[in-house]
Amino acid sequence: MALVEIRDVHKSFQRDTQTVEVYVGLDVDFEEGSFTALMGPSGSGKSTLLNLIAGLDRPTSGAVRVAGAEVSALNAAQLAVWRARHIGFVFQSYNLLPVLTAYQNVELPLLLVPLSKKERRERVTVALGVVGLEDRMDHYPRQLSGGQEQRTAIARAIVADPTLILLDEPTGQLDAKSSQEVLKLLRRLNDEFRKTIIIVTHDAHAAEQATAVLHLEKGVLVERQGTPA
Amino acid sequence: MKYLPLVLANLGRHKRRTVLTIVSVALALFLFASLRSVVTTLDASSRFGGADRMIVQNATGIVFPLPMSYAARLQATPGVTAVSWANWFGGRYGDGKRFFANFAVDPASYLAMYPEFVIPEDQKQAFLRERSAALVGRRLLEVFGWRVGQDVTLQGTIFPGPWTFTIRAVYTPSDKVISDDVLMFHYDYLDERLDRRMSPGWYVLRIADPALAPQVARRIDDEFRNSSSATKTGTEQAFQAGFVTMWGNVRFLMNSIGMAVVFAILLVTANAMMMSARERTSEVAVLKTIGFTDRTLFLLVMVEAGCIACAGALLGLGGAKLLYGTGDFNFVGFLPGFDVTPGTLGIGAGLALALTVASGVVPAMRAARLPVVQALRKVE
Repeated sequence: MALVEIRDVHKSFQRDTQTVEVYVGLDVDFEEGSFTALMGPSGSGKSTLLNLIAGLDRPTSGAVRVAGAEVSALNAAQLAVWRARHIGFVFQSYNLLPVLTAYQNVELPLLLVPLSKKERRERVTVALGVVGLEDRMDHYPRQLSGGQEQRTAIARAIVADPTLILLDEPTGQLDAKSSQEVLKLLRRLNDEFRKTIIIVTHDAHAAEQATAVLHLEKGVLVERQGTPA
Repeated sequence: MKYLPLVLANLGRHKRRTVLTIVSVALALFLFASLRSVVTTLDASSRFGGADRMIVQNATGIVFPLPMSYAARLQATPGVTAVSWANWFGGRYGDGKRFFANFAVDPASYLAMYPEFVIPEDQKQAFLRERSAALVGRRLLEVFGWRVGQDVTLQGTIFPGPWTFTIRAVYTPSDKVISDDVLMFHYDYLDERLDRRMSPGWYVLRIADPALAPQVARRIDDEFRNSSSATKTGTEQAFQAGFVTMWGNVRFLMNSIGMAVVFAILLVTANAMMMSARERTSEVAVLKTIGFTDRTLFLLVMVEAGCIACAGALLGLGGAKLLYGTGDFNFVGFLPGFDVTPGTLGIGAGLALALTVASGVVPAMRAARLPVVQALRKVE
């Protein structure tokens, strides 16, 4: 069953006086419980697709449906609420808030849902435990290594138990060892917790962890490898 | 409440900048409270005056005396129930750096005229009995470390020479707008040393019915219109207000300076808030990605601005209230009862609120309207 449905999506944007077409009628599905890697050269529209699925950007036309919701039809306020419930997003450069501890960073998505302080604490502790950082919860981002920062970002992405986890080049700034740890963690999230994961990556090794690999070129899906789930 | 750690963390991001911004807000509101308190204190002192008291002065000006013979004629004026008189002495004590007012008064009638001077009965009798006795305000006694029974010598400026008085009584004003920074002594003592050539500087009258003050004033001024010293009679309140107007348009000046200071600080605060918001563009984008709504982000920035303004207001207005309310300020006797009124505190709080809105609204709108994809593109 498709958790994410992209139907006849057109996306263009204006660059100076030129209109740049990113997608011209893109159709693609992502199955529930799948771990999909989006690959392709720079400018092929990988991150734009991630942004459309996360409701951070809107298609020029066409439909983006996630778990039955027409994301492209929601207004800004509805999208924010929807994102808080359904999306966990991980960035290449971690993007933890430097003034907050690892605990407080992971707690952020839970501030948006009606939970008591005790419930928040339990969930944050579990999330940090899953990424193996329960002993670093009082550390600030500057006190963590790159790999630990990214694992904290993943804890932040999973703490509210979202429908979908989106990662934009999560290993792009990590050394080999830290990359391996993060990828192992993602594999575990997919295997053990049945989380649906879409990862944008240039790293073939990262893509190997995925159950499906989609290759995009100039906004067109040119190749599909592996099983969808 | 659950967002409080986030707000506090953001405020603590640049501690020095936050502290300096709070201090600048505090300083602005402290200055505003101080300047406005000058206006309110002057207003209060101009309103002071017993409703049944009137002042008779020389029509040419307060520095010109009135004949002693007027006392009996004033007493005989219909509607007048009591008469007293006083004279500005203008003596200096010590090096003269610490100014205080000093008057020669007719002791018995003057104290009967002003029940606001609260004096222990034994001291009052001692003052009335002794020709060279002095009555001093509580503050003056404390400022110079004087004690009852001590001789103090003033250097006369209008009436040259050393003038020694013995402190026999100390008064405490029953109304805080009355200065307790004054020394009074016997008019007779001055008159005697000047070979009975003294004349009163002004007369104070008590009238039977305050409603009849205009008629009494007209009657007195008509009575002396063609004499050697024409009079100008008015209520004590009008007399006090006349002193206030001698300061010029103080109200306008003080209010203008106060507002200019607050406006300048508003720009500083707004700039600091905008700088802080600009630095956090990427973080705002991340929070939006997590699911924070535009409204929540708008409120978070406004709360930050509010925290700065509130802390500044507490320090500035609270500091002014504490300092002036308990610090016994009266600006060397010129502004007795100087204090920050609840009205001033209210306006100051209003200014802090306006400061919050004015300094917070632009960065808050900016955060709320931030296009998340463009912001994230810059981050990535």
